[in-house]
Amino acid sequence: MTEFLLGAAAFVLGTVALGLIRLLRGPGHADRMLAAQLLGTGGVAALLLLGVATGVGAIVEVALLLALLAAFASVAFVSGIHRPDGLGTASGTEHAAPGSSDENKRDTP
Amino acid sequence: MNLALDILTIVAVSLGAIFFLAGTVGLLRFPDTLTRLHALTKADNLGLGLVVLGLLPQVSAPLAALGLLAVWLLALLSGATVGQLLAGTASAPDQDRAETPARHAGASHD
Amino acid sequence: MTSALVVDAALALLVLGLALWVISTRAAYSAVVGFVAYGLLMAIVWVRLAAVDVAMTEAALGTGLTGLLLLGAAARLAPYEAAEVSSRPGRGLRMLIGLLCAAIALGLAAVVLMLPDPAPTLALLVAENLPPTGVGNPVTGVLLAHRAIDTLLESVVLIPALIGVWSVAADPAWGGRPGSLPRPQSGSALTLLAQVLPPFGILIGIHLVWNGADDPGGKFQGATVLAAMWILVLIAGLREPPAVRDQRLRVLLVIGALVFIGIGVAGIWLADAFLAYPEGYAKPLILAIEAVLTLSIALTLGLLLAGPPANDHRSGGRS
Repeated sequence: MTEFLLGAAAFVLGTVALGLIRLLRGPGHADRMLAAQLLGTGGVAALLLLGVATGVGAIVEVALLLALLAAFASVAFVSGIHRPDGLGTASGTEHAAPGSSDENKRDTP
Repeated sequence: MNLALDILTIVAVSLGAIFFLAGTVGLLRFPDTLTRLHALTKADNLGLGLVVLGLLPQVSAPLAALGLLAVWLLALLSGATVGQLLAGTASAPDQDRAETPARHAGASHD
Repeated sequence: MTSALVVDAALALLVLGLALWVISTRAAYSAVVGFVAYGLLMAIVWVRLAAVDVAMTEAALGTGLTGLLLLGAAARLAPYEAAEVSSRPGRGLRMLIGLLCAAIALGLAAVVLMLPDPAPTLALLVAENLPPTGVGNPVTGVLLAHRAIDTLLESVVLIPALIGVWSVAADPAWGGRPGSLPRPQSGSALTLLAQVLPPFGILIGIHLVWNGADDPGGKFQGATVLAAMWILVLIAGLREPPAVRDQRLRVLLVIGALVFIGIGVAGIWLADAFLAYPEGYAKPLILAIEAVLTLSIALTLGLLLAGPPANDHRSGGRS
C-alpha cells in the first residue's frame, strides 16, 4: 500500500507540474494564477499521500498550512489588479479598469 | 475487511489522480480563462476530495482523519472563493474587447 | 528506492527550471506568480529532505505573505515597467552580471561538495542536550535554549525593519493608519472568506505554536498564519489597520522582545548566564517566551505588509 500511495503522490505532482506550461504560456495573468492554484491543490494532495504513506503526521500539517493559505496568493493577485491607488485617487473603479486591461495587453503576444 | 478498505483506497485515490489529470488537461487545452477556471475548480476539489476519501481508511487515529477532512474543507472554501475572484478579473477586461473570441480561437490551435 | 530517487531528481529539475524562468521572464506579475509556485515546490522539497519545520515556514511565508508583498510591489511598479525595460543595461554589463552570479553559484556548489565525509554536525550534541530543556522538538530546543541569542536578535530585528517601513511615510501622514494594503472592489466572495477563514486560521496558528515544543512548528510559523489572517480581514475591509500613533499597539509590538530580554537578564542571577534558564523551569519559560513573541511577531509582520502610514482618503469621513 505504501508504494501505491507514494506512486500516486508522484503521479499527482507530475500531472500538476505539467500544468505549469500554462504559467509559461499565459496569456493573461489570471491564467498564470490558475496554474499556480492547481499546483497548490496538487501539492496538498501529494503531501497528504506522502504523509499517510510515510506515517509522518507533521507532513499533513504542512498540507494543512498550504490549504489554509492557498487562497492568499489569489486574493493578493486580485487585489493587486484592482489596487485603487498608492497615488491618492479617491475612486478606485476608474483607476483599476485601465490598469488591468493594460496588464493584459502587454502580456498578449 | 482490510482488503475491502485497501481496495476502497486504491479506487478512490486512483479516481482522484485521474481528476487531477483531467484538470491539468483542461487547464492546458481549454480555449479561454473562464473555461480553464471551470476545469480547474471542478477537478481539483473533486480530485483532492477523492484522495482524502481514499486516505481515510489508512489512518488509525480519529484526529488524523479529522486533519485530512479539515484540509479538504479548507481547500473547498478557498477553491470556491478563488474561483469567484479570478472569474471577476477574467471577465472584466474581456467585456470591452471585441477581438477577444478571435484571439482565443487562434490560441486554442497551438 | 531508485524510483524515489527518480521522482526527487525530477522535482529538483522542475524547481531549477521554474527558478530559471522566474529570473528570465520580463513581466513582473508573471515572475511573481511563478515565484509563488516556486515556493510551493520548495515546501515539498523541504518535506522530501525531512526538514518539516523549514517546509512549514516556506509554506507560510513563501506562498502567503511574500506573494502578497511581491504582487503589491509589482502592481505599484507596473506604470514604470515599460520604461525600465527599454532602458536596460547593455550586453556587456549583463554578461558580466551573469558571470559573477554563475561564479557565486559555482562557488557555493563547490563548498557543499568539498565538505568532509561525514559532514561536520552538531546534531548528536543537540540530541544529547535536549532533555534538560524539556522540549521534544530539536529545532525549538536549538532556537530557544542552545542558540537563544540568535533567536532574540532575530525577533528584535523585525522592529527596526518596521521602523524603516514607517519612516518612509510623508510628514502629514505620520501617526495615521497604514495605507499600502490593496482594497479590491468589495466582492462578496472575499468578505465571506475573510469571515469564515480566520477562526480556523487562528486555531491552526495557536496549534502550531503550542505543538512547536514537541513537533515541527513554532512561533514563527504560527505568527505568520496569524498575520495572514489579520491581513485577510484588513484587505476585505472588515477592519481598519490601527493608527501607528496608538500607544497600546507599540507596547504590543515590543513586548515579545522585552519579555525575552527580561527573562534572559534574570538568567544572569538565577542560572549564572545571560539567557540561561534556571534548572527545571526551561520549558515553562520557553513556552511563555514563545507565546508573547508570537503576538509581537504576528503584529509586526502584519504591519510590515500594511506599509507606511498614509493620508486616509478613503475613509476620510470616519477619522
